Amino acid sequence: MVTARTTRREFIKGTGVLIVGFGLAEPMRAALGQPAPAGKTVATDEVDAFLSIARDGGVSVFTGKVDLGTGIRVALRQMAAEELDVPVDRINLVEGDTALTPDQGPTWGSLSVQVGGVQIRQAAATARKALVDMAAARLGVSSGELEVKFGIVRVRADMTKSASYAELIGDQEFHLKLDKNAPLKKPAEYTVVGKSLPRPDVPAKVTGEHTYMHDFRVPGMLHARVVRPPALGAQLTGVDESSIGSIKGLTRVVRLGNFLAVVAETEWAAIKAAERLKSSWSAWEGLPEMDKLYQVVRATPVAKDEITVNVGDPKSALASAAKTLAATYEFAIHTHGSIGPSCAVADVRDGSATIWSASQAPHWLRRELSAMLGIPVALIRVHYLDGAGCYGRNGHEDAAADAALLSREVGRPVRVQWMRHDEHGWDPKGPPTLVELKGGLDAGGSIVAWQSEFWIPKLSAITDGVPLIAATLAGLPRKEAINPGNIFQNSAPSYPFPNAHALVHRLETTPFRPSWIRTPGRMQNTYANEAFMDELAAAAGADPVEFRLRHLKDPRGVEVLKAAATAAKWETRASPRKAAAKAAIAAGRGVTYVKYENVRTYVAAVAEVVVERRSGAIRVMRVVVAHDCGLVINPDGVRAQIEGNVIQTVSRTLKEELKWDRSRVTSVDWKSYPILTFPEVPEVVSVLINRPDQPPWGAGEPAAAVVPSAISNAVFDAIGVRLRTVPYTPERVRAAILAET
Amino acid sequence: MITLSVNGASHTLDVEPDTPLLYVLRDTLALHGPKFGCGLAQCGACTVIIDGKAIRSCVTPVETVASRTVTTLEGLGSVAKPHPIQTAFIEAQAAQCGYCINGMIMTSKALLDQNPAPSDREIRLALADNLCRCGTHQRILEAVKRAAKRMGRRF
Repeated sequence: MVTARTTRREFIKGTGVLIVGFGLAEPMRAALGQPAPAGKTVATDEVDAFLSIARDGGVSVFTGKVDLGTGIRVALRQMAAEELDVPVDRINLVEGDTALTPDQGPTWGSLSVQVGGVQIRQAAATARKALVDMAAARLGVSSGELEVKFGIVRVRADMTKSASYAELIGDQEFHLKLDKNAPLKKPAEYTVVGKSLPRPDVPAKVTGEHTYMHDFRVPGMLHARVVRPPALGAQLTGVDESSIGSIKGLTRVVRLGNFLAVVAETEWAAIKAAERLKSSWSAWEGLPEMDKLYQVVRATPVAKDEITVNVGDPKSALASAAKTLAATYEFAIHTHGSIGPSCAVADVRDGSATIWSASQAPHWLRRELSAMLGIPVALIRVHYLDGAGCYGRNGHEDAAADAALLSREVGRPVRVQWMRHDEHGWDPKGPPTLVELKGGLDAGGSIVAWQSEFWIPKLSAITDGVPLIAATLAGLPRKEAINPGNIFQNSAPSYPFPNAHALVHRLETTPFRPSWIRTPGRMQNTYANEAFMDELAAAAGADPVEFRLRHLKDPRGVEVLKAAATAAKWETRASPRKAAAKAAIAAGRGVTYVKYENVRTYVAAVAEVVVERRSGAIRVMRVVVAHDCGLVINPDGVRAQIEGNVIQTVSRTLKEELKWDRSRVTSVDWKSYPILTFPEVPEVVSVLINRPDQPPWGAGEPAAAVVPSAISNAVFDAIGVRLRTVPYTPERVRAAILAET
Repeated sequence: MITLSVNGASHTLDVEPDTPLLYVLRDTLALHGPKFGCGLAQCGACTVIIDGKAIRSCVTPVETVASRTVTTLEGLGSVAKPHPIQTAFIEAQAAQCGYCINGMIMTSKALLDQNPAPSDREIRLALADNLCRCGTHQRILEAVKRAAKRMGRRF
């Protein structure tokens, strides 16, 4: 155990965290790779866990959240700067270092600002109050006579009397608990929050100066590549090392159970060795037939049933409804598809480990590696470095486990980078979703009954993480978890129907190791709910926007829906568009509304599409999004997230679908798993509804939830055909057209 | 030994001749602008400019470029002195994770050198084989248009 308590100055010197500016501080800090300094608290109820103020007035903010490309690197600084009354550029943000940053949970669920930022804000408010009290004592006045500007506390009536934060606390600890009642600044006084400050990392990222995970090197480091089984459940029966004996620079072949890898002095030698190594494996054909996926899903044993809404008596209401509808929706298995395959560096020596990873959850990764390696958590330090966007739990953690295992075996630091086929073939997948809905309308065209059933995998325990591939293949300790994230969310509709019931079957298994991919469950469930809502609107002969407003009471929901319709110049009429159905090329528009997780960010979207009937090709021309996430910290950051959510989800909706045979994933590159390209990218228009007096909610996921249904509804408007299976490939669209004509 | 001209400097290197240029740039010369994305010339993250053309360095053996002129992202500009295209990307905040941006900028550089005033469609077509997963496309298009203007040409 590392228990020696270093002094604050040693800690600062030793980590370089107070060097201001990301271009310098991040790589330097990470490059040092020292054992964990024990002087710094990371307890989430301590102010010192979140921030420190140096003698020169520089402020360090420590966060367990990490910037995955979403812009929280500036947003979190804005929140801290605002509450502390220091300039943003005086704040150095330290992210995702398990020795220095509090465990604020993984960077997921659109919660970095909403939860992580709010914690930091409260730490800053607590610190500010303490600093003002200290200044009052020092200056012999009451706290009420003081004000703070640029980190200097002054007597309002006599500006010559002042004390700077640096003088009051410089290099000292606060020793204060986070005070949830510490007064927060009034929104009307904000000068930093609400501004579109530019991201600090962009200049270095566009010049090649930013140190990504993939760029990180340590002295004495070796390069490794993994050799995964040719079938997911195959057993390794033999390795012929002579097959790669001639490769210059090859260091070692490492074999641990079914875990196989090559380690070399150069990256190219490792790649060639991994390609050429002859190994033999047992046969395994445990995957279901791809074209029977949803039959398999439906037949999978149920571990648990969950009811997410149960109001009134939908069964009777359905029986007595003037008109009833039923539909089944399916959503394919998706891969995260990071542009840079997962990568990590590990140095496991003398019973301790230092890991550099782009993991969205450095603290969780540390616990998972501890279990796998049998090394106490306190002797493992994980440093976060930016990777390619992961959009959830992709392969970063697995690459870290690969590197850790290999470093332990060879006794030197090891860098593992996956090849493209490793990433597409072995990252955990977004599981398939099957939804059945029934709805009833009264004579006036209002919904009187709503019944839905979902088939999605179970969740063992959210904190179990996702089993590490290396641990599984090498037969090392791990939790046998099934963890697709909180995918039940938004199974309940976003409208207060008088009679509603949503039943979620949590399945024992799912064909591929699952994890969460951006907007997990919320996207799939909203797709089914909002496309079915559109089916009911059409059955009622109602305009889709008007129909939703008819069922919506929540004023913030009403406002986003109206804002999206106004911005899109929505033409009020029922779908489908008259006379357009026969046209060779037809245009249509569709709307969707969601209240994220039924409790937070409100989003409405209008998608405009063009459909070519003969080919079945869909082009999404424009998506207009109205977005209310409460207090907006950085408007341009929110817009960037909306744009990313929309474009990525247009890709997932139109094109993406995992492919496999009975043994393995077969969509292992960008040809077999195509994503949206520039010529296909729609225009994205975002309307932000800022509510400074409300809590800041998430923006990283909600706008993705509305996209699949908005497109489906727009296609229905264009050609009168309902698309009920994602992705809407041209073949599927043609088949749907044939089925309905 | 292979002699390579990169960003105006000549390097004589002891590398395996079949090594893809990408690994020589990244591992031997520590030029981290070009990125490994797929190793299959499908995504564009590794793009460099060789004799004026945007080339996928992940599938280009280093021995084939020995007598040619290689420019990487670092060869365009720096944080202290960015190239007009880099400035445009900063102004448009045209990066999320930023991993693909090397390819976007290098491909745009080759485009703008050939066609100083590209239309929206021409830019989209030029970037059609450069993949971005974050969904930054709209800002990238905006940045390339800004760059064209910034470079003193009409479009």
